[in-house]
Amino acid sequence: MNATPEPSAVQFHQLHKRFAGQPLFQGLDLALPPQCITAVVGASGCGKSTLLQLINGLLRPDAGEVRLFGQPLDYCNLPRLRRRIGYAVQQIGLFPHLTVRDNIAILAEREGWPRSRLRARIEQLLRMMDLAPALLGRYPHEISGGQAQRVGLCRAMMLEPPLLLLDEAFSAVDPITRAEVHARFQALQRAEPRTVVLVTHDVGEAMRLADYLVVMAPGQVLQTGTPQRIRARPADARVARLLESGP
Amino acid sequence: MKRMLACEWARWLAAAALAGFLLIAGSLAAAPPAHGEAGTITVGSKADREGHLLGEIFAQTLEAAGFRVERRFGLGQTIVTYRALREGEIDLYPEYTGTLAHAILGVVPDGIDTLDRLARRQGLRVLPPLGFNNTYALTMRRAEAQRLNIRRISDLTDHPALTIGVSHEFLKRQDGWPGLRSRYALPQSPLGLEHGIAYRAVREGSIDITDAYSTDGDIERFDFMLLQDDKGYFSRYLAVPLVAADLPSPALAALRRLAGLLDERRMRALNAEVSSKGRSFAAVAAEFLAEQGITSGRRAAHPRRWHRLGTNLIEHLQLTGIALGLACLVGLPLSFAVHRSPRLARSVLYVAGLLQTIPSIALLALMIPLFGIGVLPAVIALFLYSLLPIVRAAITALLTVDPLLVNVASGIGLTGAEQLRHVILPLAMPNLLAGIRTAAIINIGTATLAAFIGAGGLGEPIVTGLSLNDYQLVLYGAIPAALLAIATELLFELGERVLIPAHLRESSKL
Ligand SMILES: Nc1ncnc2c1ncn2[C@@H]1O[C@H](COP(=O)(O)OP(=O)(O)OP(=O)(O)O)[C@@H](O)[C@H]1O
Ligand SMILES: [Mg+2]
Repeated sequence: MNATPEPSAVQFHQLHKRFAGQPLFQGLDLALPPQCITAVVGASGCGKSTLLQLINGLLRPDAGEVRLFGQPLDYCNLPRLRRRIGYAVQQIGLFPHLTVRDNIAILAEREGWPRSRLRARIEQLLRMMDLAPALLGRYPHEISGGQAQRVGLCRAMMLEPPLLLLDEAFSAVDPITRAEVHARFQALQRAEPRTVVLVTHDVGEAMRLADYLVVMAPGQVLQTGTPQRIRARPADARVARLLESGP
Repeated sequence: MKRMLACEWARWLAAAALAGFLLIAGSLAAAPPAHGEAGTITVGSKADREGHLLGEIFAQTLEAAGFRVERRFGLGQTIVTYRALREGEIDLYPEYTGTLAHAILGVVPDGIDTLDRLARRQGLRVLPPLGFNNTYALTMRRAEAQRLNIRRISDLTDHPALTIGVSHEFLKRQDGWPGLRSRYALPQSPLGLEHGIAYRAVREGSIDITDAYSTDGDIERFDFMLLQDDKGYFSRYLAVPLVAADLPSPALAALRRLAGLLDERRMRALNAEVSSKGRSFAAVAAEFLAEQGITSGRRAAHPRRWHRLGTNLIEHLQLTGIALGLACLVGLPLSFAVHRSPRLARSVLYVAGLLQTIPSIALLALMIPLFGIGVLPAVIALFLYSLLPIVRAAITALLTVDPLLVNVASGIGLTGAEQLRHVILPLAMPNLLAGIRTAAIINIGTATLAAFIGAGGLGEPIVTGLSLNDYQLVLYGAIPAALLAIATELLFELGERVLIPAHLRESSKL
């Protein structure tokens, strides 16, 4: 994929990262294509979440480089950078003291959006995520897990970020709700195409949603490519075994 | 990301600390003591009844001579009152030659001229004595004394089982207990008690003997007996006006007119007017001065209690409010700065805890050599006291904030300050408010002790009432202080309702 003419959305170059002296990535090279959904799959502990946090600067590499849309990551103004990178996590992390509306609007309010624009964007997101406007006044503990997950996605997408990082963002709900959230998310991606990096250990989810797949083992990338290609020609036995765990 | 966050926090903390400092400095500067006004003379007194009465006599004498007078009575014991005079908080107060010589100037008592010469070196003057000698004495219940056949201090050596309780001042003074004990070879070892409490204890029989002043009106009222100082141990304690040397000469002249007007009998009678007939100091002083022709007629002796109550309440609110604000402004940023490091947090809590173990009255006393007397040392002591509950609550509050939410807040792009303002503070708020509330309540209680170092507040009637055996006066301070504490509780309750959504409030309830 390094041969793509336009710059990769995300590029890791000779990246090293260690935790408490234990090396995790040792010279990782990886490039993710823009304007599509990339799914990152791999066993627990292989470094998927770390990868996402290296993209939004929550973690810094010990050596090597992270480039976003061709630019080296600017660690000097992370809040500014992160407002262009939506971020949603498995535990959702809605702020319990804020209503659904305030959770969704928190960044836009910091950005000083006018009320009308704010309201219009929230309505649009609710429609696309199939959330009732009546939920807006409720607190996070007053809505269901599936609704909370979609609210988390709304918060991540409020500022229309060109890059969206989803760390197991669909996994806290039952399969039926998950299917519904998937559908809504795909509809939204069609309406507002953006670069999405989706971390999951659900191979079925990855196959269903992804345009591009990254298969990982602890500290390394085993194979990248379209889901179809990887399914057709797994690079090695580990990839094949991982794909079998799917549906 | 850690480093970035740390910079932003540091900047925020520095700004908060600076703002806090300016605010406090400003409010202290804006509330200066009232004695600076030209033409106004501030008369002080110690906390005892005779001190109040003589102070009132001085005050009315000066008023008759055309001066405006500010009264700051009941400042406390000798050291506090003397310091107040040295530092210009007051311009004069009634003192005794013996005390002046032993406890203040550290010399063997001598004539007034010698004392005056020594006092001038400190910028003070000793004016001619009022007449009476109010020396120390030991006293006990008359019935008990007769039963045991005790008349003289030397008789006490035959009764080692008698319990003695004396004022802390008497216990420590060179011319007090230590010398008395060795002169008479007394076998008893005394307890240190507050003077007013000691009298009560003697009446109720929980102790047998206490120290007294020979002009004390209560001696007759309670049917106590003075034990004869048969070895002539106690020095002479002639009451004198101790004044700042820069007092205007008409004021000095007016005070000199009081010389020799009060003998012991008369003084005891005046004291008894107050203690047993319950008349106000102002009325007794006015009557005496009119009799002596110093004032032209009788002043209306207005009861000033309710009027003072408002002032005391405001002073109390100022003391506690400023100290609490200061403790928040220092304690909260401090907690934010250290809460991530368990070792730092533990040391801060340790130091704050250590401060808390100092008994409040001792902490107040420790402030005197550092900051003098009055509002400033009281505020600093209360501030130190509030620090622990606030820091402990704040560190706990911050540690209970779910790290996931902080990580998410940072990950979605909130700046350090925004994380603090919109996520961390609101989530920490229930515990924070609980800590500030505890500190406020502690403060309101402890501030009543601030009157011991002349800071005023609701402790003023309490301290005065205690030293005057006037329990009604104690209630004038104690009841509003209790009501203030209740009102504060309600206010915090209300604040909680406004600041914290119901579901978070409920979960934080213990
Ligand atoms: N802050 C940290 N301190 C120490 N080790 C860490 C830290 N964060 C991650 N690790 C380690 O790095 C490795 C990768 O962690 P990571 O969270 O990226 O895994 P993951 O692929 O997201 O796993 P999962 O599917 O369970 O979420 C793990 O071995 C983990 O223990
Ligand atoms: Mg993970």
